[in-house]
Amino acid sequence: MDKQDIIKSFKDSLFTGLIALALFGPIVGLRTASKGEGLFITPQWGIVFLLVGLCIFGRFLININSFRRTEFKFISVFNSKLSSITEDKAKHFAITGILFAVVFPFLPFTDRYFMDVAIMILTYIMLGWGLNIVVGLAGLLDLGYVAFYAVGAYSYALIATTFGWSFWICLPLAGIFAAFFGILLGFPVLRLRGDYLAIVTLGFGEIIRIILINWYEVTNGPDGITGIPRPSFFGLPFKRSPDEGEFSFHTFFGLEYSTMHRIIFLYYLILVLALITNYFTLKIRKLPVGRAWEALREDEIACKSLGVNPTNTKLTAFAIGAMFGGFAGSFFATRQAFISPESFTFIESAIIVAIVVLGGMGSQTGVVLASIFLIGITEIFRDLEQYRMIAFGGAMVLIMVFKPKGILANRKPTILMHGDKK
Amino acid sequence: MLKISNVETFYGKIQALRGVDIDIHDGEIVSLIGSNGAGKSTLLMTISGVNKAKNGQIIFNGERIEKKEPHKIVNLGICQVPEGRRIFSRLTVEENLRLGAYINEQGKHFETDIKEVYDLFPVLASRKTQRGGTLSGGEQQMLAIGRALMSKPKVLLLDEPSLGIAPKLVNQIFSSIKNINKEKNVTIFLVEQNAKKALELADRAYVLVNGKVTIRGPGKELLKNKDIQAAYLEGGAKN
Repeated sequence: MDKQDIIKSFKDSLFTGLIALALFGPIVGLRTASKGEGLFITPQWGIVFLLVGLCIFGRFLININSFRRTEFKFISVFNSKLSSITEDKAKHFAITGILFAVVFPFLPFTDRYFMDVAIMILTYIMLGWGLNIVVGLAGLLDLGYVAFYAVGAYSYALIATTFGWSFWICLPLAGIFAAFFGILLGFPVLRLRGDYLAIVTLGFGEIIRIILINWYEVTNGPDGITGIPRPSFFGLPFKRSPDEGEFSFHTFFGLEYSTMHRIIFLYYLILVLALITNYFTLKIRKLPVGRAWEALREDEIACKSLGVNPTNTKLTAFAIGAMFGGFAGSFFATRQAFISPESFTFIESAIIVAIVVLGGMGSQTGVVLASIFLIGITEIFRDLEQYRMIAFGGAMVLIMVFKPKGILANRKPTILMHGDKK
Repeated sequence: MLKISNVETFYGKIQALRGVDIDIHDGEIVSLIGSNGAGKSTLLMTISGVNKAKNGQIIFNGERIEKKEPHKIVNLGICQVPEGRRIFSRLTVEENLRLGAYINEQGKHFETDIKEVYDLFPVLASRKTQRGGTLSGGEQQMLAIGRALMSKPKVLLLDEPSLGIAPKLVNQIFSSIKNINKEKNVTIFLVEQNAKKALELADRAYVLVNGKVTIRGPGKELLKNKDIQAAYLEGGAKN
């Protein structure tokens, strides 16, 4: 790095500062406060200068790093560690991860709060894996994935409250409904690619949410649906005092009643659902249809010239991705026992897409790491209340700066040499 | 076997093909030469159904195919190796070949088919697990041809197989094309800018100018044709 590079990066950082000033100046710097009659503007330039200074400093660091790769050794070490995970240790990593997930509820430090966060992370992992089929494998950027999550949750809630069927019947039904909506979305967008597809799917997500708000007779509008039945442990409910002549979970197994039982059960439920999603994706990638998804992502014309029917291929990707979104939605409904359209806003779609993209499109392990990182960081900073979204944004920026192609960007081949099979 | 009559194809309002007539007989190698923008690739895309003909007929083994969807046409036995190879660059060589067999992957012959491709292009066998994108241009072209062969076509449509490939490999690819034709009995329709090579290889050839066939005849004769020499062969610019 010579003098010129430093000057160049310094200039660039100052320019970044200018942009930051233009943004933070009005947004943060001018604060309206109502005093008696009317609104008054209170400037707070101190915090603006702090933020602008941070931007300049951060930009400068990034610039210097890009000129001088060796300067921050820990990054390249970290990167090569990560890529060694993808290559040969992937299997060990996955097994360790699953084992940890299985014993997690019984670890000494695990309390109610940890369990709740873990369930949330697992839900996002499952959604990420579901969306990974559409975005990562088939290469169709879907910004309205939350729609299928919502369809799954509402189907489950409506079927369960209306007919009183058990979770295990409602779950597949909700999945089928969501898959149906996946095809419904798929048809009009078949000819669209890239940006245009993203816009339409974004609109679809909003349409579903607005229908949920306005179709009062069925969805109960903004008030949502309450009293959604909790899942039972193969017919054994999690109740403190079961009805006469009935068992509940703790009486049947002779345990002391604890609310943790249900939480632990929910945890394992979402763990199993997520693992099924993962297993399914890993398997289908090795089948012609899964391979056709990946080929479609690479080159649609080449696909056509080889006899792949792009219509069916895209529709199956949408349908199957949506189905897993629907399963996750059912789980969400039964866990919360209450759902309303507020839970299915665009930010949810954005988070799921962020998880898939930051994880490294198409990488199953990447989704796990990105979910833990993004959701975990947001949770750690929960005490900061509304500022925790800054942590979320910061986490995204960090990944994009250091791993621009996603945490695990290496695609794993579906066929290995015969000697490689382990 | 494949009869193209009076085909007209448009891109919006722009007419790319102005009534093309071409006959391809079973077991032949037919070349189509022409300059940039003459409509060569459009014609191949029209045969394989990716672009649709507005007027005219394409008849394959007695069946009209000009309105059929591309994947149905592949099923009938016409497979195209598109211009610029268009291999799936993030997928491995073997995955690319498996996709070539997409219409019939469960077929019993898959293993023998893939072995045949590896015998034809041994370099692919040694690069099985490599990503398609890491191959050289010539190897990618071999992969693209091998991929198309996996669908067991009766007619193979080749779009500029010499494009952007080292001259040494071009010779190898052209001799492989000849092999495919003679030994596997696959009819070849070859579109090329490299007129000399294409005419040498072809049983018969056509010249396409501004979306119309202007000259037709046996490849050897066209090589001697004064107009063709002046327009496409003079100066040995191509190879």
